[in-house]
Amino acid sequence: MIRDFALQGAEMFLVLLLSPLLTGFVRKVKARLLRRQGPPLLQPYRDLIRLMRKDVVLAESASWLFRVIPYIVFAGTWVAASLVPTFGSGLLFSWSADLIAIIALIGSARFFLALAGLDVGTSFGGIGSSREVMIASLAEPAMLMIVFTLALVAGSTQLSTMASYMISPEVGLRVSLGLAVIALIMVAIAENARIPVDNPATHLELTMVHEAMVLEYSGRHLALIDFAAELKLLLYVSLIGCLFMPWGISGAAASPQALVVGVATYVLKLTAGGFLLALFETSIAKMRVFRVPEFLGAALMLGLLATLLMFVSRSL
Amino acid sequence: MVVGALCGVAALLALAPIAIGLARSSHGTIIVYGVSLVITITLGVIAALNLFGYSAGATTVVLPLGLPWLGAHFRIDALSAFFLVVVDLGSAAASLFALGYGRHEDAPWRVLPFYPAYIAGMNLVVLANDAFTFLVSWEFMSLTSWALVIAHHREQENMRAGYVYLLMASFGTLALLLAFGLLAGSEGNYAFDAMRAAHPSTALAALVLILVVIGAGSKAGVVPLHAWLPLAHPAAPSHVSALMSGVMTKVAVYGFVRIVFDLLGAPDWWWSMVVLAVGGVTAIMGVLYALMQHDLKRLLAYHTVENIGIIYIGLGLALAFKAHGMALAAALALTASLFHVFNHSVFKSLLFFGAGNVLSSTGERDMEHLGGLIHRMPQTAFVFLVGCVAISALPPLNGFVSEWLTFQAILLSPQLPSWGLKFLVPAVGALLALSAALAAACFVKAFGVSFLGRARTPAAANAQETDSHSLSAMFFLAALCLVAGVLPGIFLDALAPVAKTLVGETMPHQSGLSWLTIVPIAESRSSYNGLLVFIFVVLSGSIAAFAIHRLASDRLRRAPAWDCGYPDMNPATQYTASSFAQPIRRVYGTLVFRAREIGEMPPPGAVAPARLTVEMSDPVWDTGYAPIAGLIAATAERLNIMQFLTIRRYLTLVFAALVLLLLVLAIWQ
Repeated sequence: MIRDFALQGAEMFLVLLLSPLLTGFVRKVKARLLRRQGPPLLQPYRDLIRLMRKDVVLAESASWLFRVIPYIVFAGTWVAASLVPTFGSGLLFSWSADLIAIIALIGSARFFLALAGLDVGTSFGGIGSSREVMIASLAEPAMLMIVFTLALVAGSTQLSTMASYMISPEVGLRVSLGLAVIALIMVAIAENARIPVDNPATHLELTMVHEAMVLEYSGRHLALIDFAAELKLLLYVSLIGCLFMPWGISGAAASPQALVVGVATYVLKLTAGGFLLALFETSIAKMRVFRVPEFLGAALMLGLLATLLMFVSRSL
Repeated sequence: MVVGALCGVAALLALAPIAIGLARSSHGTIIVYGVSLVITITLGVIAALNLFGYSAGATTVVLPLGLPWLGAHFRIDALSAFFLVVVDLGSAAASLFALGYGRHEDAPWRVLPFYPAYIAGMNLVVLANDAFTFLVSWEFMSLTSWALVIAHHREQENMRAGYVYLLMASFGTLALLLAFGLLAGSEGNYAFDAMRAAHPSTALAALVLILVVIGAGSKAGVVPLHAWLPLAHPAAPSHVSALMSGVMTKVAVYGFVRIVFDLLGAPDWWWSMVVLAVGGVTAIMGVLYALMQHDLKRLLAYHTVENIGIIYIGLGLALAFKAHGMALAAALALTASLFHVFNHSVFKSLLFFGAGNVLSSTGERDMEHLGGLIHRMPQTAFVFLVGCVAISALPPLNGFVSEWLTFQAILLSPQLPSWGLKFLVPAVGALLALSAALAAACFVKAFGVSFLGRARTPAAANAQETDSHSLSAMFFLAALCLVAGVLPGIFLDALAPVAKTLVGETMPHQSGLSWLTIVPIAESRSSYNGLLVFIFVVLSGSIAAFAIHRLASDRLRRAPAWDCGYPDMNPATQYTASSFAQPIRRVYGTLVFRAREIGEMPPPGAVAPARLTVEMSDPVWDTGYAPIAGLIAATAERLNIMQFLTIRRYLTLVFAALVLLLLVLAIWQ
């Protein structure tokens, strides 16, 4: 029991510890691909600590909700991220929320963040929120369709069960899984406000979505929101990792060696995911905001098609 | 038990005429709502006892009322006990709310007499055990609610709402009347027990199904029969709006479930196709309509349409599973659907109460004239936010649990053998997912534009927090949203007898599971623990707050908004409800509502203001109602000359009609 608790706690702190590093790594790779030196790998940690130590400058028209939301967003994202299997599946509390609930938890965080954009009553906040919910209104159903496909393949919506099914030889090559992985990557890009949907590196540009929404935040509040965004990126990379690259994940009662292997492969997966993301982002241009629905509509259709295939035949 | 419930209903009916006398006295409001509160709580407790202790089977009673050869049959079984709980819980909350809210009423004598009668009518529909009593109660419920809709009759819009409502209600009742007529057969067995025993032929049952989808659907507000709902629900006083949206639509769902699952016998598989298609279309259209609104109460009314769609999706799945003999899956889908009935009645009442508070303290329903209410009405804002999170199906509140269960039921449906369902169910699943995501967008808009930001008008800037009665009703419902969200197992177990009587199987017992998890099928398949998720989120949020405040910084200072360096103090520069919905309108509205934006930019140097107009059309109204209304008007115009005939011609007409009828009779023989 104590061991189970320790493992679950270790996972919670592992995701917390690794997520700024992943963001730093993506930034570094992007900079190197552009032949820039780039900030050091540990820069996101420094940014977080610096922001946390600063005073909060709160807009005069901000309400109590505005001050609570960073904690809600951070807590929701953290809990969601630590429910996704990283180095091991079948952890103590892994059954408390299945994949649908994890997606919905992320949805809760987004709901509150969009409210925060409207709270101060500025036009930038409004533009960010309204675009965020427009993007989410397509990304969420697309994600659910992907979940449906995976759940029908694995016969479960529990991530641990899914991961162990995915590593078993029964999976084989399936058309629906291929469609699902493409759709999942598209959704992950949109959800994390990456290029080509949104640009996390801009500030004063009309195409921005996420950054406009959190424009009024400062100090520790901003730190928490940035931290939540980093956790969310980690969550999606871990999700893709545990579903489509499930190698190395240790079981519930694994030996210490298996755990070490699990952590090592997990770090490798993060590295690969981060590198591919950076590569993709540098090789593509950002699209206009009203092209995003077409992009996500395609993801939704792919997800729906994959689900339909699963309904038509269990082997497709 | 059923006698106790009938005594409560009789007390409510007796209260109605008394209320006429009391309405003009100063204590009338308090007495009527107070007594209603006590009676509905009693009724609710009776129903809950019935539901939780349901083992003895149904209790029935026959009163010598109504048709002399039939009498009035009443019955409480698990299904009616559950719906009685929903009706009386909602009515009790509305009565408590009205203890405070009712004092703002200008003309209480237009509301007070009808209010207890309306509640009594809804109770009677659920209790009725023969077609005659059912239809009389149904009409009574419709008429009393119509009287409440036109309570504020001086507003032209409300009269139109009342007119459309009356028309649609009569149309719906007509369909139900025909359905019961078909069920009763040529011998005229109007008692439900006789209908249950008779097995209608396939063609007859199909006809009844269509009639019930229309009849009950028009009251529940399924697309395209929803047209009256967004007009009538907002027109009534807010506590009545809450009852109409939160409770009366559920009575309509009860009518549907009672006839289709109970009276009609074993279903055909294609019935579920009809119900699923209706549900999917209703869900998505309801939320899209809602997104285009900027009237707070009308937005909520359209969301009722969406949620009815979600409920019908669950019912359709249950029918499909039942038809194919998959009783366990049918129990899951039915339980999910009925749990959503309960959840929706709770959070929709809560939201309408919130809208009522906003209306009474600012005089505004239009969100474009609100804003910043969270500063002036913090408690209302908090509970309204809880309702928004619940209806957006976000964990850890209750709306999520019922949608999650519906998704779990969808995931069982590839085992269905019929090909039509194999294609329809994933599409309906996608519609459900889409409407859930759009609902969240809509409630960001509803809460964000009305309660957050800066006040757009002096009325909003000077709003006052409301009284403690209204707030206590809202806090009670908000607490219920949380309890049903984190401890859903209790509620699902309470629904077990309902599933048992209707589909012959129940979901696995939930309350005994460790950590109060819910496991709809098997642990390896899916499980959800709202309690743990809630505790985790609260804990990690508190830990983060504590750590940061202790270790890093807890200083805070106020400054003008940053807004990228260009803050504009004019509140009109904020995002409005329409501008917030603009991206979504562009994505979905151009297709569904043929939305067009027309920008008029004056030439350089001109002093005329630039204008942006949005044109939208309502597809259901334009293609469905407008042609029918036009046809009726044109026919009436043609037949108008019949009013101005001479007596000779009238006699000729009468004679011709007589001859014609005799001829028909002769040929018939």
